[in-house]
Amino acid sequence: MPIWTPDQPLIRIRDVHKTFGPITVLNGVSFDVMKREVICIIGPSGSGKSTLLRCINALVPIDRGSILVEGQEVHDAKLDKLALRRKVGMVFQQYNLFPHKTALQNVMMAPIHVLKQDRKEVEDRARRLLAKVRLSDKAAAYPGEMSGGQQQRVAIARSLAMNPAVMLFDEVTAALDPETVKEVLVTIRELAEEGMTCIIVTHEMGFAREVADHIYFTDRGVIVEHGPPKEFFANASDARTRQFLSQIL
Amino acid sequence: MRRESRTDLPVLLPFRLGSAPPASPTWRPCAWHGLLLAAALTMAAMAAEAQAAPNVPSIIATLLKWTPLLAVGFLLNVAISVIAMAIGTVFGTFLGLLQVSLLPPVRGFSWFVTQFFRNSPWLVLLFYCMLLLPFELRIGDAIVPLPAWLKATFGLALPVMANVSELVRGAVLSIPLGQWESSEALAFSRRQTLWMIILPQCVKRMLPPWMNLYAILVVGTTLASVVGVNESMTLTGDILAAENRTELLVPLYLYLLLWFFAYCYPIARATVALERRFQVR
Repeated sequence: MPIWTPDQPLIRIRDVHKTFGPITVLNGVSFDVMKREVICIIGPSGSGKSTLLRCINALVPIDRGSILVEGQEVHDAKLDKLALRRKVGMVFQQYNLFPHKTALQNVMMAPIHVLKQDRKEVEDRARRLLAKVRLSDKAAAYPGEMSGGQQQRVAIARSLAMNPAVMLFDEVTAALDPETVKEVLVTIRELAEEGMTCIIVTHEMGFAREVADHIYFTDRGVIVEHGPPKEFFANASDARTRQFLSQIL
Repeated sequence: MRRESRTDLPVLLPFRLGSAPPASPTWRPCAWHGLLLAAALTMAAMAAEAQAAPNVPSIIATLLKWTPLLAVGFLLNVAISVIAMAIGTVFGTFLGLLQVSLLPPVRGFSWFVTQFFRNSPWLVLLFYCMLLLPFELRIGDAIVPLPAWLKATFGLALPVMANVSELVRGAVLSIPLGQWESSEALAFSRRQTLWMIILPQCVKRMLPPWMNLYAILVVGTTLASVVGVNESMTLTGDILAAENRTELLVPLYLYLLLWFFAYCYPIARATVALERRFQVR
């Protein structure tokens, strides 16, 4: 078993293929994510962005190719999926908070029951995380009593409570009101600035330009173009990329 | 030109989300049913009084005389219903969870068991339990007697189990897929996800239909009279035989009906209230 060292890519994706029935969703995707790197994936709907994220933490099996997380093959049938998912945090478009638990309990549940950590310590850390996403006053609130932006920030805190090595964000602002988008983006930017490795699927071009180290544009299951944000937005060479950007910007 | 106060544009018509009462095919007792029953009982008592032979105790006095005995019988109905409900709920929950298992054979087997007991007449199941279960159980040296009422309770627990199984299955499937996804992403195992995240959310959804099932079960316990259990229905027959007064028949059965109504009506009200409260959320 190869030993992973921090100078190697934290995530190494090679030639990943995925089909749902007759539809090819991923058609040979490859890229690397280094530790502390922030990646933004943009592209039209149905281009396989969300599926790619779900493949990285084994929510969706892949047909062909290889995904290594810290040197571990995700595609391996013998892989302990639960061990992998402890390393990979994921935040969803629809927040998916547990509605029968308060914000604090939402953050505390997984560390207590999955990592079997001490309740007292977990609660201290959960309160610090809620403070970090500026929701200390909502600790006792249920998801139904919070706005979308607040719920999404609790969801971010809930993922962070597992101390993941990488965070996946799946269009986390797509279901939010325009006024609350900013508070969520600010939270993610702070995380990125602290050195958290992030893979962000987003339609917020301004945010991607500002926060990303590298931008990937996907269409029909392949990466069409990629580069650092400045070059990417300034001189996109591919016709599909230019057309997409002209529609959005 | 006159301005129309109403519009026929569909988008402008008042629209209320989820506030419509659910189309429920099940019958529920209402307050006016109770009034109707009480009125019927009064009229029946008066009519019976008119037919009664001279020098016999009045209908009301006779009903009161037998009330303590009826109460004991009714208590047995309540006991049977509570125990059958408890057994049925525990086993039904497990059966329902097996129905959402990832293993096709387990799913198929539990589906078959559920459908079998759900679609069998209660009375047939009752007879089977009465005839197939022994009158006593030998566990080592100890002999545990199995009285008829207990066997009837097991018989009634079977359809309850099957109905609860369906309730659980439906409730689990009604939880949004995102809940499964996010708990999977947080590294919860499937079992943890079911017990800690999915089932607690199901309880709220299942409570109204579960209470409805209980109300139906209470009424159904009178079936035990057919297999010789001394519950209120059997006792009513005994009382009629002892009194040997034909005019007592209608008022006495109406009286028994009123007992069941008094017990089930609050449950039905609470069910409706709960359904309303959960719909607002």
